[in-house]
Amino acid sequence: MYAYILKRLISGAVVLLLVSFSVFALFWYGPSEPARAMCDTKTSNRCTPERLAVFTEELGYDNNIFAEYGRYVGGIFVGRDITISSVTVQCDAPCFGLSYSTGKPVWNDMKKRLPATVSVAVGGAFLYLLIGVPMGVAAARRRGSLADKALVSSFLVISSIPYYLFALLAYLYVAVYWQVPWLGEPGYTPITQNPVAWFGGLALAWLCLGVFGCTQYTRYSRGSMVEALSEDYIRTAKAKGLPTRTVVYKHALRAALVPIVTIFGIDFGTLLAGTIFTEKIFDINGIGLWTLTAIRAMDLPIVSATAIFSASVLILSNLAVDIVYSALDPRVRLS
Amino acid sequence: MTVTAPSTTRADASGDPYLVVEDLTVRFPTEDGLITAVQGLSYSVQKGRTLGIVGESGSGKSVSSMAVLGLHDPKSARITGSIKVDGQEVVGLPESKMRKIRGRQVSMIFQDALAALHPFYKVGGQLAEAYQVHHPSASKREARRKAIEMLDRVGIPQPDRRVDDFPHQFSGGMRQRAMIAMGLINDPSLIIADEPTTALDVTVQAQILDLLQDLQREFDSAIIMITHDLGVIAEMADDILVMYGGRGVEYGTAKNVLMRPQMPYTWGLLSSVPDVTGDTDAPLIPIPGNPPSLLSPPPGCAFHPRCTHKDKVEGGAVLDGPARAGAG
Repeated sequence: MYAYILKRLISGAVVLLLVSFSVFALFWYGPSEPARAMCDTKTSNRCTPERLAVFTEELGYDNNIFAEYGRYVGGIFVGRDITISSVTVQCDAPCFGLSYSTGKPVWNDMKKRLPATVSVAVGGAFLYLLIGVPMGVAAARRRGSLADKALVSSFLVISSIPYYLFALLAYLYVAVYWQVPWLGEPGYTPITQNPVAWFGGLALAWLCLGVFGCTQYTRYSRGSMVEALSEDYIRTAKAKGLPTRTVVYKHALRAALVPIVTIFGIDFGTLLAGTIFTEKIFDINGIGLWTLTAIRAMDLPIVSATAIFSASVLILSNLAVDIVYSALDPRVRLS
Repeated sequence: MTVTAPSTTRADASGDPYLVVEDLTVRFPTEDGLITAVQGLSYSVQKGRTLGIVGESGSGKSVSSMAVLGLHDPKSARITGSIKVDGQEVVGLPESKMRKIRGRQVSMIFQDALAALHPFYKVGGQLAEAYQVHHPSASKREARRKAIEMLDRVGIPQPDRRVDDFPHQFSGGMRQRAMIAMGLINDPSLIIADEPTTALDVTVQAQILDLLQDLQREFDSAIIMITHDLGVIAEMADDILVMYGGRGVEYGTAKNVLMRPQMPYTWGLLSSVPDVTGDTDAPLIPIPGNPPSLLSPPPGCAFHPRCTHKDKVEGGAVLDGPARAGAG
């Protein structure tokens, strides 16, 4: 198993190299001058061709792409000093370069934004599962009943609303119109600074993600549970004289969880990579919004840093899914 | 449509029958209409005896035996008639009481043990669970010891090691043995074996059948053997019930049903099986046509559209209800 994890981590590292190099090359050979963003920032949008040439040289865009990429990767591991307009900035490891818009090391910003995104993702995902799976199980046990049909169709309605509209309406009604007292002003406060404000500021974002996401998880777990309940081994469990609770939760649910875990791994990875709408609507300075702004500003160091981050998150969550999968199903051997 | 137990059974009777099924009807409402899977079925089994239930797919063999264990979802099945287990009526019995009977008084051995055992739990754990649910005071260790003992009893080598294996680590024959061990772990008085040897090769099949017979002698339990394999029936059964289209069409001692079948369907079944001791070149005679629809069965005897003797019955009046082999 450890050998398997090591193997997966090595192949993950190869994927990360490919991803980061692709982003790097995209900027390098893209239709826009890669140094223009930095040039605009430093000259207050009075970037002349002469100045652009200077920045292009300073940022190394006149060098060989592989040599520059090598320097970039080296910086991630050991840090490096970067000199721009005769100012040298010490960029410690992990150094993803200096932001073209702020001139500061990318990692400094990222460090501040990560806890916000992780908070949103963990809380949202927790609610997905906490609401979705039990509802799906309950619906599966009563399948065909009025309650089941009502649940399935009302969730179909909710999930067919575009998410941004759903979140906006929730924000408008709950935070602005009703001003629900126990929900604070939406926004992000570090948990170390004020746990109550942290909770209050994120609660509505969690609820939105949770309610919207749980409609899907209810559907998945209902379907998966209906299938599990029709298995022969469930009939065996009943024939043994086991109480219904044991049959449903010990025998059926464990089998039903396998596909849910797979979907959840991917979803959670996507959540961690940033939730643009949620961050925008609930005023949370997270990774998603940051990525969006950076792409529009052609800020290569931020874009490649976030690309590396989301790729790593997806690789790790897929690995976690495989490990959980093998823990659930003894027939799965990790090798 | 009342059916009495075969007269010969009565002669051998060593007491009251352990299971008495009377006029059992199982219906499933569907979108297309009401499916009558079992109609007016009656039979009984005594301890120490084996009843073989034969019939083709969809004849109601499994549906009727699952009703004995109350395994049909009450929301989707309508069950009428009477099923008495050791004198206790189980039709309409509340789930909590039914649970005490399942696995304890009546246990079921399913076909295809690979699907019938939970793939995620160890074989020993699944056996121990079956024991513990009916022996709540038993410790984990006792239940485990019991599981090992039962695995040993059904002939699994190194049971103290194999007890920690998962079902997929067992061979097909071993899985079926484990299934039997699980069925017998609470010394049930009635064992319903639903095609227990269908998925196995012939040598393993013979071993499993021998094992069942040995255990039956040891525990003096009643066995219902559900199968479509007449060879299995001939070897195992004391009495035979032939089912067709949800009804019992012939019921009697094994000797009478196999040697002097009264019902044309039973003749058909018997002549569609190769006889290795006789003329092996003799052509097999298949039963023409298809099994009846359970939604709208043919009037009268459900078999009459396929029956080669229907013209001989005067005025097309067809037999309704089971024939009793050797009764006359």
